[in-house]
Amino acid sequence: MDLHKLSLKEQLEGLKKSEFTSVELTSHYLKRISKHDEKFNSFITVTEENALMQAKAADERYKKDKSLPLDGVPIAHKDIFCTKGVRTTCGSKMLSNFEAPYSSTVYTKLDEHGMVMLGKTNMDEFAMGSSNETSYFGPVSNPWDTEYVPGGSSGGSASCVSAELAPIATATDTGGSIRQPASLCGLTGIKPTYGRVSRYGMIAFASSLDQGGVVARSAEDAALILEGMSGHDPKDSTSLKLPSPDLTKNLKDSIQGMKIGLPKEFFEQDMPSYVEQSIQEAIETYKSLGAEIVEVSLKNINLSLPIYYIIAPAECSANLSRYDGVRYGYRCEDPKDIEDLYMRTREEGFGAEVKRRILIGTYALSAGFYDAYYLKAQKCRQLVANDFTNAFESVDVILSPTTPGTAFKAGEKSDDPTEMYLQDIFTIPANLAGLPGISIPCGEHGGLPLGMQLVGNSLQEDKLLQFAHSYQSNTDWHKKMPNI
Amino acid sequence: MNENLNNWEAVIGLEIHVQLSTKSKLFSGASTNFGALPNTQACNIDLAMPGVLPVLNEEVLKMAIKLGTALNADINSPTSFARKNYFYPDSPKGYQISQMDKPIVEGGYLDIETESGTKRIGVTRAHLEEDAGKSLHDDFEGQSGIDLNRAGTPLLEIVSEPEISTPAEAVAYLKSIHSIIRYLAISDGNMAEGSMRCDANVSVRKKGDLELGTRTETKNVNSFRFVEKAIQYEIERQVHEIESGNTITQETRLYDSQNNTTRPMRSKEYANDYRYFPEPDLLPITLEKDFIESVINDMPEMPNEKKERFVSKFSLSNYDADLLAADKDIANYFEEVVKISDSPKLSTNWIMGELSALLNNENLNIKDSKVSSDKLGQLILRIEDATISGKIAKDIFEKMWISGKEVDEIIQDEGLEQVTDDKQIEAMVDEVIKSNPEQLEQYRSGKDRLFGFFVGQVMQASKGKANPKQVNDILKSKLEK
Repeated sequence: MDLHKLSLKEQLEGLKKSEFTSVELTSHYLKRISKHDEKFNSFITVTEENALMQAKAADERYKKDKSLPLDGVPIAHKDIFCTKGVRTTCGSKMLSNFEAPYSSTVYTKLDEHGMVMLGKTNMDEFAMGSSNETSYFGPVSNPWDTEYVPGGSSGGSASCVSAELAPIATATDTGGSIRQPASLCGLTGIKPTYGRVSRYGMIAFASSLDQGGVVARSAEDAALILEGMSGHDPKDSTSLKLPSPDLTKNLKDSIQGMKIGLPKEFFEQDMPSYVEQSIQEAIETYKSLGAEIVEVSLKNINLSLPIYYIIAPAECSANLSRYDGVRYGYRCEDPKDIEDLYMRTREEGFGAEVKRRILIGTYALSAGFYDAYYLKAQKCRQLVANDFTNAFESVDVILSPTTPGTAFKAGEKSDDPTEMYLQDIFTIPANLAGLPGISIPCGEHGGLPLGMQLVGNSLQEDKLLQFAHSYQSNTDWHKKMPNI
Repeated sequence: MNENLNNWEAVIGLEIHVQLSTKSKLFSGASTNFGALPNTQACNIDLAMPGVLPVLNEEVLKMAIKLGTALNADINSPTSFARKNYFYPDSPKGYQISQMDKPIVEGGYLDIETESGTKRIGVTRAHLEEDAGKSLHDDFEGQSGIDLNRAGTPLLEIVSEPEISTPAEAVAYLKSIHSIIRYLAISDGNMAEGSMRCDANVSVRKKGDLELGTRTETKNVNSFRFVEKAIQYEIERQVHEIESGNTITQETRLYDSQNNTTRPMRSKEYANDYRYFPEPDLLPITLEKDFIESVINDMPEMPNEKKERFVSKFSLSNYDADLLAADKDIANYFEEVVKISDSPKLSTNWIMGELSALLNNENLNIKDSKVSSDKLGQLILRIEDATISGKIAKDIFEKMWISGKEVDEIIQDEGLEQVTDDKQIEAMVDEVIKSNPEQLEQYRSGKDRLFGFFVGQVMQASKGKANPKQVNDILKSKLEK
């Protein structure tokens, strides 16, 4: 049986009905990984032994009728989530041999739900990048066409789910790192409201923007897992004091009479005709499902990219100061003195993109520049958030493309950072405003998939998933998988 | 160079770091106990492991609110944290979590006693921040060790306005802060262990000048005496530099207590641009009015309030009341003694005199006094009811100190009860007069000075137990006969 062709939900049901065991399911995926991942490089670490142990334990629980909510279903974790006893690299030479002495809340929660970890997925170094080309462990390729990038920074997570080497994977999103690779790999990727998923043990890039989520093959699968990983965590002071939301309850409700906003500023931009066409078709589908289409204005949205490239680097410049070679991680050979230890450890341990952002951030926070850059960016960030608040007074969700186009070729943008940064132009605003966003497949071009993005009001992940599920119940884009 | 100092005045501001006596650290659950083996009290958060996040220990909010209230300051709500960025091995995150724009305490003052009366010193702000670890350079050849036990320990940094004018005022201000934090039980204030540390900003200007001179910051001066000496040195050094035609460099200096000098720190030991920005891992904290009020209601009587009460209730002098009230433990001891003895003045004298002397001798805190407040109260009661004389009381007190016995036990065991029976004293007086006819003759012929001789003889005969006043009275009447 092609177990990987079953949806995650079907796998869970199969396990419950003893149609197959978790060991069988897990072994099936492990075999696929060892057979195919050479082509994609989507895993940094495969935890085969550990996975089989967890699977065996899940099977035991099923036998004893003491199963957990997601018992025995495999998952891949982005290598940004600390996992005790398994190395956590964050895609960097700096942490290439780092084994965390503790586990992230996300890992712990899913572990307590019975999920089986297949391994740790590749990513752009410290989650900085949109093509997964900045990883110390080498680039990841797109299963739809290995000459193309899978997007980033959660490129490994998207690649492995798209190649069906895992039924689902965790991911993180600071400016689009879940939604952009989901769009480029034909997957459903959701970034919840800031504070929904604990950041404890999720290695920080830009603390006020980072948020954990998942890439999955459908909204239904994503809802199941996101529910398991959400909820208040006293170890994260920015975590919302709310219980995990019920994301499956309203999933199948009709969207009849609900309103979709189209931000005119997005649609005024030059976009390839195939993107425009795919989005138009999606809009038509939604109309046919009873949704009302309304034009909205997000008048400060054009500030998003410059705001992001002040705030994210500023926060990262401080967040990455701890990698100094003193306590753990990479340390340069034979340092002369402390200055030399710092300089060479960081010079040798970080890649070019990480250094670029540390430099930008350090500059933006420097005396004399702080007011003009950081402070102004924070004020503008509030304006962007206000635009969304106003828009959500008249609409339920906001629809746009997820990315300016389909996947690009490896190496095509890696020499031009600003061109690369434009990849996130549609996704960044949701991070600035702390809002939930989802990308779902809605078309293809030249054999590569393309996604649309829905952004919801604060805490309305359930509504986003309802819209996504409604679309996926009436279209087949999400069912198309690459031939690997 | 001293003769020139009269033309100059100093402008001094103090930054005092107070280590808060919480059980766990500011942002982690690790213990704050002093003196544990290196790195045994540093958890993943203190070690700045990738992915860890700070969670505020809310106990510090109460402590800061109490301090702010005692300093007559405003409590900011919301109050927020900021990152102060600098690289140093004992700063594991590469930044310190501190407060910048919205410190929890802002705009207060403190009245201190100076030679020329009460002086009000403004308190600019007090903010919460985490302590750094320690670099250990001595034990490792060619390498440095890092002990992160102290990393993350909560500190309150109390910043004064530059309104202090002399080293003595600086010490008075520092002692007053010390007294307040001890009263509030928010810190043990132990300067030797670093629970209270002081940085002094000092500049000098010609008397009458309005413009401020260039200031220096002298760091980590760890005793009241050193604060006085370091500031005095720095004032003299700056005056000397300027009078020699040099200029003062704005810099951070270290006090060297062995040579009583200050020296500039290497520029690498401090960074100039800390690139402060709001700490994104901690949301601004709103302090509800009810919460603040409940904390304030929970505050003990403060030293200045206590002093005023001692003056009005016990009719003590300002001076005595100030001395007693400065230390909470001494003040408590005093009140317990008075409760029994019912004699505030005598109790004050005994505590500040005999008891202080013995405590100092053995380097003891009043809490560890070998004579409890109860026992001292009883002793004073026996003086008051004339069971013993003041002189005998001093001997008994020393015996109590050594043996731990009650005053009445010693009086009884050693028969030290004062003789107050007129007849008994008369008998002794008669005996003394009879056995000293020569002296009697001389006295009666006008040698008044011999009166003391007779008193001495009677006291000796009574082994010091006769009531001196009665001895005097009786002797006088008998000798005149």
